[in-house]
Amino acid sequence: MPDDTDVRIDVGQVARIAHIELTDDEVTLLGRQLNDILAHIDKLDELDLAGIEPYSHGFPPRTLLREDVAVPGLDRETALNNAPARTMTEFSVPKIVE
Amino acid sequence: MEKIDFSTLTIRSAAEALRGGSYTSVSLVGALLEAVRQRNPALNAYLWIDEEDALAQAAAADAARAAGSNGALLGVPLAIKDNISVAGQPCGCASRILEGYRAPFDATVIGRLRAAGALFVGRTNMDEFAMGSTTENSAYGPTTFNPAKPGYVPGGSSGGSAAAVAGGVAVGALGTDTGGSIRQPAAYCGCVGLRPSYGRISRYGAVACASSLDQIGPLTHDVRDTALLLGIMAGADPRDVISQDQPVPDYVAACDGGIRGMRLGLPREYFSGDVHPEVAARVREYAGLCRGMGAEIVDVSLPHTQCAIATYYIIMTAEISANLARYDGIRYGRRGEGVTTTQDLYGKTRGQFLGREAKRRILMGTYFLSSGNYEAYYMRGLKARTLIRRDFDQVFETCDALLTPVAPRPAFPCGTAEDDPQAFYLDIFTVPAGLAGACAISVPAGATAEGQPIGLQVVAPAFAEERLLRIAAACEAAGRRTEGQS
Repeated sequence: MPDDTDVRIDVGQVARIAHIELTDDEVTLLGRQLNDILAHIDKLDELDLAGIEPYSHGFPPRTLLREDVAVPGLDRETALNNAPARTMTEFSVPKIVE
Repeated sequence: MEKIDFSTLTIRSAAEALRGGSYTSVSLVGALLEAVRQRNPALNAYLWIDEEDALAQAAAADAARAAGSNGALLGVPLAIKDNISVAGQPCGCASRILEGYRAPFDATVIGRLRAAGALFVGRTNMDEFAMGSTTENSAYGPTTFNPAKPGYVPGGSSGGSAAAVAGGVAVGALGTDTGGSIRQPAAYCGCVGLRPSYGRISRYGAVACASSLDQIGPLTHDVRDTALLLGIMAGADPRDVISQDQPVPDYVAACDGGIRGMRLGLPREYFSGDVHPEVAARVREYAGLCRGMGAEIVDVSLPHTQCAIATYYIIMTAEISANLARYDGIRYGRRGEGVTTTQDLYGKTRGQFLGREAKRRILMGTYFLSSGNYEAYYMRGLKARTLIRRDFDQVFETCDALLTPVAPRPAFPCGTAEDDPQAFYLDIFTVPAGLAGACAISVPAGATAEGQPIGLQVVAPAFAEERLLRIAAACEAAGRRTEGQS
């Protein structure tokens, strides 16, 4: 089990990549928990995975293709209706250029 | 009209009564809303119900019947987990970040059930974004309680749907299952819950958790109701590329087949010392009942079972971190307080409104996918997944299906798994079938001496739902005969 001297995840750094602002308490708590989880993930070290193909889906699914025909999507008003901030015609966000 | 007992009313008998004119949909829905008013305050199975809208849907169904319609589910109300889109209704995934969001469209399964005449009367509680095994990770308290055992968890993440069905406030429900989120709450509460094969049912309109694992499935009072809903929902859908273009058989008829001559495996890894003794004993008892019905019971091995949780945790969190990137405070849901820059927009919105478990999994997945860790963790997880799938491929060469416990222990008191990152070991018997793409069902199999329901899991190969339901129906019938004798 990892202890404070064996911390492998810099939670602050990971949170920046994931765009989640954490409180100091969360950094402490999640840091401890994530390192604890990693210790369990190490169980996979017991496996000999040499030559094993990686496998991304539960069984080989055949991708279902549809006709290349345009179909109506959401109309603008419906799409904008759930936005936390909007104008009449657009999503509204903070200024992105100084 | 006789008083309707919603703790036993099946979808089929409700549909039949509506067809035969024993009652109207308006009176059925009215009685259901009354049951909800009486029982839901103690269960908290529902997050949202619009009584007026429910009665309007019922009146429309009655009018459609008067005009000659006769859909299989015409006028039958269903409860829907809060992560499956019903046009015009909230679909908040029990998360504060989606507070106020209303689905602008129907999920494909909802469209198909609607075409069969079903009504959608309420949104059921869940672990936020389907992350959890107790429903305690819902942003909206108080938590959902187990109808069979007050003060105990209903399981999760589809705990609201399971509690609604077993607790007599729903005729049938839908849930989603990523690592066991239909089967485990069904087992904990005492109803039937099906995880269909990967690709059997379109997920379009279900809010994504971990896309290579997510499935939609029914939670019902009996196996034939599950078969009925599966038959209506199954089939290819151009809006979900992994939905498979395979024939949809008559699943209800399949339930009558019996199990004579079948070979059913008991995987020895699922009966180890960590399993609650009453749970293991009950599954073995059901294996004995199956033998009595003409099946052959054999011991088998799924040797990589112990690696399934680590494998699942890598793949699931990686996919979650990608899928939940969409909650950026721009297009739907809430925006954080004090936002002045674009960085703030993402960071504050996600920091303020995502729950603890969602953050934990997003961060874990971000770590696994980050440069330098991708090969060491994510690729290793995908390779381990291959081994787990091969385990299943091999046992299914000699067995028609597997009989296992759904969870290593039955329902436990609320509050005891909180903030325990190792609670995911509760999923050890449900995760492997999902990783392998198999179909699996939880069937009620009695209860412990203390009254917690026990679930029997049947697992069958991908797209062998007919066989799965046949076995499940036989076990259900045998269990009822046994109970009747005791």
